Amino acid sequence: MSATLTQTWYMTQRQLMAYWRQPVFLLINLIQPVIWLFLFGSLFRKITDLGGFGTGSYLDYLVPGIVVMSALSSNMWAGMGTLEEIERGTLNRFLTTPVSRGALMNGNVVSQGITTAVQSVIIVALGKLGGADYPGGITGLALLIVASTLLGTVFGALSNALGMLVRERESIIGINTFLLLPLTFLSEAFMTPSLMPGWMRHIADFNPVNWALVAGRSAMAEDPDWADVATRGGALLALALAAVWLSTRTFRSYQRSV
Amino acid sequence: MAPTTGGPAPHHLRTRALAVETNQLVKTYPGGVKALDGMELAVESGIVFGLLGPNGAGKSTTVKILTTLARPDAGTAAVAGHDVLRHPGRVRAAIGVVAQKSGADPVATGRENLLLQRRLYGLRGAACARRADELLARFDLADAGNRPVKGYSGGMCHRLDVALGLVHRPEVLFLDEPTTGLDPEARAAMWEEIARLAGEDGLTIVLTTHYLEEADRLAERIAIVDRGRVVVEGTPDELKGELRGDAVHLELSEAVADGAEPPLRDALTALPGVHEVAVDGRRVSARADDGAAAVPTLLTALERAGAAVATATVARPSLDDVYLRYAGRSFDEAEAAAEAPVPAGAAGGVR
Repeated sequence: MSATLTQTWYMTQRQLMAYWRQPVFLLINLIQPVIWLFLFGSLFRKITDLGGFGTGSYLDYLVPGIVVMSALSSNMWAGMGTLEEIERGTLNRFLTTPVSRGALMNGNVVSQGITTAVQSVIIVALGKLGGADYPGGITGLALLIVASTLLGTVFGALSNALGMLVRERESIIGINTFLLLPLTFLSEAFMTPSLMPGWMRHIADFNPVNWALVAGRSAMAEDPDWADVATRGGALLALALAAVWLSTRTFRSYQRSV
Repeated sequence: MAPTTGGPAPHHLRTRALAVETNQLVKTYPGGVKALDGMELAVESGIVFGLLGPNGAGKSTTVKILTTLARPDAGTAAVAGHDVLRHPGRVRAAIGVVAQKSGADPVATGRENLLLQRRLYGLRGAACARRADELLARFDLADAGNRPVKGYSGGMCHRLDVALGLVHRPEVLFLDEPTTGLDPEARAAMWEEIARLAGEDGLTIVLTTHYLEEADRLAERIAIVDRGRVVVEGTPDELKGELRGDAVHLELSEAVADGAEPPLRDALTALPGVHEVAVDGRRVSARADDGAAAVPTLLTALERAGAAVATATVARPSLDDVYLRYAGRSFDEAEAAAEAPVPAGAAGGVR
């Protein structure tokens, strides 16, 4: 077991280093949320006048939305990295060494989790710089980050599974562009549920992106609704475990197809 | 020992331990492409063993099974004394693999790639760093060791790939098409390196190649593979010796007169160890048991007949000839057949 843990760390380290050494990706992942914060923040500034946002400043409302959207959009591309490793022969090279197969999978999950958490922290800090207020304090923010990381894990694992299964960049690109906006806008990322059409609200109830938002926003409130945090957070955790399990299964079927 | 057709050496001939042994391996890919059809191999420890065959013959599939990447549908295989299906972990610890694409991490440096690879085999700390430096120096990468791999030339990447395969001092090293895609200079350097590796204590090298010249030059024993099975196995000289001797080609300074051709041919055929003489104008060709020894005899005989010789060449039979004889088709033909469209869903799976 300890060997698996050590090897998981080696694999995590390797992925994080790749990320760190390609500052362009780092920059894009940071600039994009800034643009969203600025763009949506300006566009919808007056929307809080309609009420139901629980705050007079739209930026307060927006920060968790951007955190969750960014976690979704960056993790959706995880499969591209996996695909590249398959094509480059890296995965097969590791598979002929005694490295634990679990460590190979876990390395991906852990490094993506760390990246998502760091990205979320930076967005929260940027929001603070822009004047956002976080009444739930540090506990609320921590839970928002946990929720966004879990959501990232769900979509990262699914994207990895897709990469191993279809082995085509086009499919990943197609599915991602198809899913990103509907998943984001069929949630309370940018709009309070009380102003959403009824049918949209019902769909949002089944949208994992919305679970992360409800859990995060509830935890960040001045007077948190812990039941909401627990139910949505629990559902996300269960889904994340299921997605990782599925991607491990796909990994096994990849090994059989080599 | 004469080359053996279609299988490993009989038991009583095995003097050394076997590094690789396979028994009736069968593997069919989805779509019905039969990649292996009763593959039988027996590779003695400490030698360079060449698996020679055209693309699609089943070489890479064999290597994938022996390196625990793929599972056979039927049959058994053991590497370094461990069964690949029952003890894949032990096999992995004993082997080094240099695949066609070894996938060194491009953003990591050469040294970092080596360090990680070594750690995966359970070594840590200073010993790990020492081994990385040793390999970098040995593969002429000492200066480039701290640079990211994405800046390496093709030849440097290849050397790093080999270093990655050797990092834990394996018992058996698999080199899958080690020079495919290399320019002639890099290929020559790689050949030198493989020859150097072959001298290492106890290291067994299993080399797959579709270059006849490469197998001839590097391998002590060769198994010729066609359509998923071994068609013949032996040393390169044994295999070529099976053909009827060397080809001797002579070019005369003047063409032989039409009427003089048959008597000249008869005179040359009468010489000891010379067969299949053909005389055609200025060209005289023959097969000889020992080409080098036959040349002076041929020259003397021709001189006596009044024909002056301008040039003389002796060619050992090539593995191409051997391939043609045992696989029943020429190497190029087999390559072309392998590139022909395969059933949908099986594309890329056969290699």
